[in-house]
Amino acid sequence: MYDVVVVGAGPAGSMAAKTAAEQGLNVLLVEKRQEIGTPVRCAEGISRESIEKFFEVDKKWIAAEVVGARIYAPDKTEIVMSEDMAGNEVGYVLERKIFDRHVARLAAKAGAEVYVKTTMIDFERKDGKVKLKLRKLGEEWEVETKILIGADGVESKIGRKAGIIKTLKLNEVESCAQYLMTGLDIDENYTHFYLGREIAPGGYAWIFPKGNGSANVGIGVLPKMAEKTAREYLDAFIEKEGIEGKIVEFVAGAVPVYGEIETAVADNIMLAGDAAYHADPITGGGIANALSAGYYAGKVAAEAVKRNDFSANFLRKYDDLWKNDFGRKLRRNKKLQLKFIEMDDALLNKLAGAIAGKNLREMSVAAIVKELLKAHPKLLWDLKDLF
Amino acid sequence: MGRKAIVDRRKCAYCGACVAVCPADANELIETFLEIYDERCTGCGICVKMCPMGALAMVEVD
Repeated sequence: MYDVVVVGAGPAGSMAAKTAAEQGLNVLLVEKRQEIGTPVRCAEGISRESIEKFFEVDKKWIAAEVVGARIYAPDKTEIVMSEDMAGNEVGYVLERKIFDRHVARLAAKAGAEVYVKTTMIDFERKDGKVKLKLRKLGEEWEVETKILIGADGVESKIGRKAGIIKTLKLNEVESCAQYLMTGLDIDENYTHFYLGREIAPGGYAWIFPKGNGSANVGIGVLPKMAEKTAREYLDAFIEKEGIEGKIVEFVAGAVPVYGEIETAVADNIMLAGDAAYHADPITGGGIANALSAGYYAGKVAAEAVKRNDFSANFLRKYDDLWKNDFGRKLRRNKKLQLKFIEMDDALLNKLAGAIAGKNLREMSVAAIVKELLKAHPKLLWDLKDLF
Repeated sequence: MGRKAIVDRRKCAYCGACVAVCPADANELIETFLEIYDERCTGCGICVKMCPMGALAMVEVD
């Protein structure tokens, strides 16, 4: 019997497996795809701080470093956020194909078993443990575990079957499409964000540089507000912006913009990353929270094994940890997102105009909102205590 | 019988977006392909709205 089975070898799952294995637990990491880290379903951006908290940065999985972000209102008014000094990189654009495999390898190195092309078909909680049915290359078998960690993505089977999460509604999720383009003429020192209801209703379009004229060019739209598919919005955006380059890869995906869930645990079960809707509701960024959540889940799993207590009540320690870390931010940014999706293009232009040219030195959503609150306190009155 | 979702596997990017929003658990992303379980599909059309690729459609079945 395993101490921990982790389903999903993305950043949350591999981090959980790595952490649990480092604590001496008997761990199995299962990934349904035959290749870890692909397709990415991700724009690959992360702050330097978030990644350096857990890893020694290796150039092999860093595609590009950026010094700031440029945000464009519909009328092209620009908000520039960057650190004071040139050369002070604040963010990375990862090469997730390599990064995800790196983290999975660290889990393996720490002692976790790893099975790829292996699907969890079903699970059942019984007699204080979990029985899992797995399938690999058509062959089915059962394993038992004390703890099941669901890092099985936004489509989490574990979270839904355990009754931890509710199915996302069409105003709680972004429908996303992205091209990896090459031969681009862009400012590679910045990540670029394009706002506007016409371009991306309920979301935004992005260009995240990946070095040597390549970039992730993508879009997320709120299906509730969208009138066509994300792919069609992406093509329209590229045409409107006159972005010229060759498409060398194409991915699609869903990003939860739900906000904070009440609990990510049930008896014997913890959810981490997109499975727990841990992605940021305003930026859609999910890697940082996924890594933290995976780390906490691994730690709490070790404590649970030591105490031989796998009850939801005990596992709530995990809730405390992730909520203390980023729960408040999920709550806050969800409120901001609800406000943002109500803004029409005229209002976005007005707001951007009010703070364009201001020197935003801190790279954060909070920094923008604080400036906006100074410029237009009434418009964002109900958010004033949050920022 | 009413409406059911169908997938065009030539358009599908097997991203799982439709799985995340299906209230009936009728869609499943199996390794690298999408499976729709007709007997569970209620014909609500939510997955069609969600699909980033336009790979899903509703059809009348009898």
